[in-house]
Amino acid sequence: MNSQEFQFRSKMRTATDYAVTALAVLATIIVVAPLVTIFGYLIYKGASSLNLDFFLKGPKPVGEVGGGMANAIVGSALVLGVSSLIGVPIGIGGGIYLAEFGQGTKLANAVRFTADVLNGVPSIVMGLAIYALIVLPQGHFSALAGGVALGIMMIPTVCRTTEEMLLMVPHAIREAALGLGVPNWRSVLSITVKTASPGIITGCMLAFARVAGETAPLLFTALGNAFWSSSLNEPIAALPLQIYVYALSPYDDWHRLAWAGALVLIALIVIAVSLVRYVTSRGVLKGAS
Amino acid sequence: MGVGIEVANLNAWYGANHTLQDINLLIPANHATALIGPSGCGKSTFVRCINRMHETNPIARVIGSVRIGEVDIYQQAKPVEIRRRVGMVFQRPNPFPTMSIYDNVAAGLKLNGFSNRRTLDEIVERSLRNSALWDEVKDDLKKKSGASLSGGQQQRLCIARALAVDPEVLLMDEPASALDPVSTSKIEDLIFQLKAQYTIVIVTHNMQQAARVAENTGFFLNGRLVEFDSTHKIFTNPSDKRTEDYITGRFG
Amino acid sequence: MPDIRVSSAAAKPLNNSSSGPVPATKEVSEVRQFLQSRSNSAFTDRCFHLLMVLCAFAIFGIVALILWQLLLRAQLSWHAFGLRFFFQHFTDPDSHRTSYWDPVNAQFSAVPFIYGTLVSSFLSLLFAVPLAIGVAVFLTEMCPRALRAPLAFLTELLAAIPSVIYGLWAIFVLVPLLREHVNPFLFKTLGWTGLFSDDNPTGLGFLAAGLILAIMILPIISSLTREVMTAVPHSQREAVLALGATRWEMIRMGVLRNARIGIVGAVILGLGRALGETMAVTMVIGNSAEIHHSLLSNGSSMSAVIANEFAEAVGDMHLSALIEIGLVLFIVTIIVNICAQMLVWAVTRGAPRQAR
Repeated sequence: MNSQEFQFRSKMRTATDYAVTALAVLATIIVVAPLVTIFGYLIYKGASSLNLDFFLKGPKPVGEVGGGMANAIVGSALVLGVSSLIGVPIGIGGGIYLAEFGQGTKLANAVRFTADVLNGVPSIVMGLAIYALIVLPQGHFSALAGGVALGIMMIPTVCRTTEEMLLMVPHAIREAALGLGVPNWRSVLSITVKTASPGIITGCMLAFARVAGETAPLLFTALGNAFWSSSLNEPIAALPLQIYVYALSPYDDWHRLAWAGALVLIALIVIAVSLVRYVTSRGVLKGAS
Repeated sequence: MGVGIEVANLNAWYGANHTLQDINLLIPANHATALIGPSGCGKSTFVRCINRMHETNPIARVIGSVRIGEVDIYQQAKPVEIRRRVGMVFQRPNPFPTMSIYDNVAAGLKLNGFSNRRTLDEIVERSLRNSALWDEVKDDLKKKSGASLSGGQQQRLCIARALAVDPEVLLMDEPASALDPVSTSKIEDLIFQLKAQYTIVIVTHNMQQAARVAENTGFFLNGRLVEFDSTHKIFTNPSDKRTEDYITGRFG
Repeated sequence: MPDIRVSSAAAKPLNNSSSGPVPATKEVSEVRQFLQSRSNSAFTDRCFHLLMVLCAFAIFGIVALILWQLLLRAQLSWHAFGLRFFFQHFTDPDSHRTSYWDPVNAQFSAVPFIYGTLVSSFLSLLFAVPLAIGVAVFLTEMCPRALRAPLAFLTELLAAIPSVIYGLWAIFVLVPLLREHVNPFLFKTLGWTGLFSDDNPTGLGFLAAGLILAIMILPIISSLTREVMTAVPHSQREAVLALGATRWEMIRMGVLRNARIGIVGAVILGLGRALGETMAVTMVIGNSAEIHHSLLSNGSSMSAVIANEFAEAVGDMHLSALIEIGLVLFIVTIIVNICAQMLVWAVTRGAPRQAR
């Protein structure tokens, strides 16, 4: 091609380069904007309703102003407690298997793959399964069923993060323990797991934060409850469930409470995510040098 | 007091790799024995066969007999039992990072269920004295973590940790290769003092080190034990030409 | 012979302790005795191993559990309708109106929900994919180092926001926006295409669902795309640059081309998320079990109908039909996720880190 064509081509290429850069920046702004507006809106609408009543009182009868979401907060705590009891030990156990016993085996690869796939299954399906498994035979909704549903959601996440953290413990540490004549189980628990424990704990926190905001699995396990309940065998309110119900209701006061609840929920999650980021990026994991 | 080690027809594999071939050896008690040879000759594998650490690798295999004292460690004992009688110090210092200095030294005992506090205190102090670390850390035993020490101190901590379980044999796999000369000489002095109490086997790349600390030396080449004799003889008048070539630096 | 002195003169007095090694006392044999008396823990080791294996098998157990329970409870509906469940419709003999979902008369067809799920998901992909790739390209190749961490953190936060909060925001911010400004505009200008022909005054519908879904799946597609782009070795970039390419050309030829399998995987993973998203979709899609070709009309999705009707289902057939829909959702998302996972693994060559 002659020099005129070449010059034109060059200009076009440079122009394209600039255009693409602009598009990429635009894309980033478009993506970040909803985040900022969502957070801003949450704070704007929710902060004004956050008072002591919110945290201490249950809901008032329909139409009355005031009250809070204390029953939902307590309910969430109960359900999450059950789910952690199920999800954390089994998840950590699975992670220990993958890191310490299963390295390189086909079985471990299958477990890992399945865990990743499970992480992508819609949470409502988990709720359906637990409904069929627990609610139907028992004949009633319950906090226990809700806890189990959330618990099995935690297992794949905790398992994978535990594995990741355990693999970061240097092999030399394990060798040192074995060389002392420490039995394998003791070495795994007291040395390897202990060294990786900051990372493992943050992995659990991440899983916890994720299920704390889940509504769908609770829709037909815990069901929700307009009144106070602290029994495992009855339907129970939960924060995200309550937000859902209030948001769809026609009452302004309940909308207000929904925003406040959303703010509390998101604050919890942001704290958990930030903590996780802090721990893993700062290399606070002392064994991983 | 230490015990002697009798190795007969030892063969070891890593997967398909025949790492050790027909090793026969008698390591005398309460002596320091050095194992020298070029990289990859199998000397590290050999010491790992003595405390059955070699088999922690899933593709590893061992045939033959190793007797420590009266006991054939492969036929008559379990790995965990052997490792409590044979201490190991590794090439790179590996103190437990989440434990204090005290807990590091006491680890071999505490993790096996020992709980008498007073005795533990005495054992920790004695082990740290025996590894020439006591004066440097005696004020920070429970405050500092094992990983906060310098490289040379960490290695002496690992030695103390190995000594705390009162092994009969002490295996050292190139213990000073990652350390500076000052720490190295401290550790060599240590070995010299410790061999009165323990049987020491030290793998080293450094021939001068072997000459300094060991009464006997074995030369490994390509998985075979070429020659094993008193250090003096190996370094002044070796019987095998290959030994002579290695000593004079013609290869390796 | 090299001058290697072999003599015990090599020993120097230790300057760290007052004398030589502390001589053995009876406590020494106490330690040895103690250790010899300990068991070798072979049994405990085996039990521990078994316990850990069981925990790992829990993962398989969960999949099996879900499949078993859903299959069990969907039997009723499956026996009643068979495969026609997925394409039949019912015509009311009096009013001649077609309906798909009639709990009162126990006549069920999954068609509108499959339609709604597909429409809202693909609409969300349409919006999300270009934006997500744009963000990924920006963050990986163009972003100034100082901004990278905070922006990446922000996109991670987007992924952590629960669905119900997205729904809440959508109801009170997005939907009014659509209702008052966007939808009338689209109806007026693009109504002739048939895609925007419903003058739905609520602002709910497929468009709202597609938009909120797009925001929700953006972070996943974006962070996975970033991961596969980072996995492309620098040598590829340098090779293209050395030929005199502009930055965009380098990205296009050196990075995106190599990573495209993984990017497809990321997109499919996003699709998988969109297919199963429940709460936000339920809150804005309008919940009407009908099929309309306009994006502005109300509709429903598989997860939305389950969420809406399950707790108050009328009769066993209704329940079973809903569970059958749930089963389909489960199987479809599993297949989609497996495909996506394999594509991503192919590029990152091993287990990918958490895409959070």
